Amino acid sequence: MESFDVLGHFGQYGGRFVPEALIEALDELEAVHNQTQKDPVFLAELAELHRTYTGRPSIITEAKRFSEHAGGARIFLKREDLNHTGSHKINNVLGQALLTKRMGKKRIIAETGAGQHGVAAATAAALMGLKCVVYMGEEDTRRQSLNVARMKLLGAEVVAVTSGSKTLKDAINEAMRDWVTNVHDTHYMLGTVAGPHPFPTMVRDFHKIIGEESREQMLEITGRLPDAVLACVGGGSNAIGIFNAFIPDANVRLIGLEAGGDGVETGHHAATITGGTPGVLHGTRSYVLQDKNGQTVESHSISAGLDYPGVGPEHAYLHDVGRAEYRAINDDAAMNAFALLSKTEGIIPAIETAHALAGALIIGNELGPKANLLINLSGRGDKDVQTAAQYFGIPL
Amino acid sequence: MTALDSVLEKCRAENRAALIAYIPAGFPSRQGCLKVIQTLVDAGVDAIEIGFPYSDPVMDGPVIQEAADISLKGGTGATEVFEALKVASDTGTASVVMTYWNPIERYGVEKFAASIAENGGAGVITPDLTIEESETWLAATKANSINPIYVVAPSTKDPRLVRVTSKTGGFVYAASSMGVTGTRESVSIDAKDLVSRIRKVSDLPVCVGLGVSTRDQAKSLAAYADGVIVGSAFIKLLLNAKDEQAGLEAVSQLAKELAIGVREGR
Repeated sequence: MESFDVLGHFGQYGGRFVPEALIEALDELEAVHNQTQKDPVFLAELAELHRTYTGRPSIITEAKRFSEHAGGARIFLKREDLNHTGSHKINNVLGQALLTKRMGKKRIIAETGAGQHGVAAATAAALMGLKCVVYMGEEDTRRQSLNVARMKLLGAEVVAVTSGSKTLKDAINEAMRDWVTNVHDTHYMLGTVAGPHPFPTMVRDFHKIIGEESREQMLEITGRLPDAVLACVGGGSNAIGIFNAFIPDANVRLIGLEAGGDGVETGHHAATITGGTPGVLHGTRSYVLQDKNGQTVESHSISAGLDYPGVGPEHAYLHDVGRAEYRAINDDAAMNAFALLSKTEGIIPAIETAHALAGALIIGNELGPKANLLINLSGRGDKDVQTAAQYFGIPL
Repeated sequence: MTALDSVLEKCRAENRAALIAYIPAGFPSRQGCLKVIQTLVDAGVDAIEIGFPYSDPVMDGPVIQEAADISLKGGTGATEVFEALKVASDTGTASVVMTYWNPIERYGVEKFAASIAENGGAGVITPDLTIEESETWLAATKANSINPIYVVAPSTKDPRLVRVTSKTGGFVYAASSMGVTGTRESVSIDAKDLVSRIRKVSDLPVCVGLGVSTRDQAKSLAAYADGVIVGSAFIKLLLNAKDEQAGLEAVSQLAKELAIGVREGR
């Protein structure tokens, strides 16, 4: 199943589409990553950080009351929301921060949509004594002002991006412009499994611990592998993280839930694989939401973290070869699942994650009571309280 | 031999650098762009780059971003790019298209190269296409006898310079400094070092771009480069002009000064 080649391709996807100015830095990053993946000292240092700082291994919670709404299938939640900073994002930033130190760079830059990756990056920078600049669309700084304050408290500089659509896509553009200019002392801490090689593989390698832990945990709890593994997909980092260990298990269905927004048929969505076409965006070939001239089309989702018109190239590949399936979940279905998990389990999920939970309600009903579903509960919903209150008409 | 190869050879024979001007298709408007092209030609530029405006221009600074936004809002697509290319090449001036890769892939790689040739284009500059991803593109440019022009940067190491320049046609585009497009106070000394490193591995003409906006800068680059590329400086004049006519006059004046600059460097 390993389709990866030395140029960073997954079948026809992946690769590098970047200005020549960045090649040197990408080569260096690739070399350091390959080296450290085989370095027991590095791996031990990262594992120790995860044990004493992240709070790994994350636990699995069986959602019994929620399951009653999912055709009786047993539903297991991998609790990445309990990690320090409240989501899976910490796995990647700690890994990349250690690599940054290895490369002798003193400054990191990051993009953020909802602010989860920005907060995680600022956290890792604070922990390791690195200077941190986070690019965030002006629109998102307004929608997620709490996270802007969190990043500032952590010592990061937050730059509001006013170009283009003023959202995540433009924050990535601006981070890449910074990187092209300051690449000699700066590492770009990309937050998802997209971007030019080696980012899709490297970020996957830092998140694959999610799948490795949960595969063992599921065997221990249920005595067998789950029938399906579900995760939400924006760029796709939490999904690749939990899918990766199960890819060789042909009987385990891998299901990615994309943001359907107002419905894929309306054109107002962020379901890149379901509603997009192959193309190149932000340095990699994958599915892209684009028009007939190859211009990126703005995405739409109630979840800022899934509101991205691209997707990681490995997902494009897993889709095309039929190893993983991708479905779109509309805003309303996601918010329904958000409320349901909160009320049946006492867990307020991130709205991103709620897309995976909505998927579980559908897949559970399709597979029936004998099925075991594993869901990546990728983040907690504290950051979304304002959006949710507005959606449900709760006065603030 | 393309029209671009010819004009660069002619400039070499005249012992001077070429002046290459960049203007995005559809900017300041569809018709306005065509007038800018004629103005540049009349003012004495040696070659023209038509930009294909793109929604996510990661190599470009705020000036070209703004021009691209205006152009895209005006509905610019492949049709308008090829229209501008034809107008430029019909003046007898060597003309190329500069574009990010996705619009080419979306249009169809072979078809794009064929349309460039059909509209009199001499080549295409692809700033985000790496040579590793270039197999079909190189076949298409070869089949249509147009120049595949690649950009190299001060951070490009010598072994890679060999590999990139060996795939390049027309000229090697040397980025004067690390960073995005836009006018700068001074052109970095990195440019001179990069050009001399390219000379050691390639016989192709070397043209320098990024940050050039004045006659003095053009003059100092012309001392060692085969061509000087100017984009943002023209666009800034058009963005700041009180009306179209004033913009065209400002462009004409700057182009004439730069044309003097590239002739007084050696």
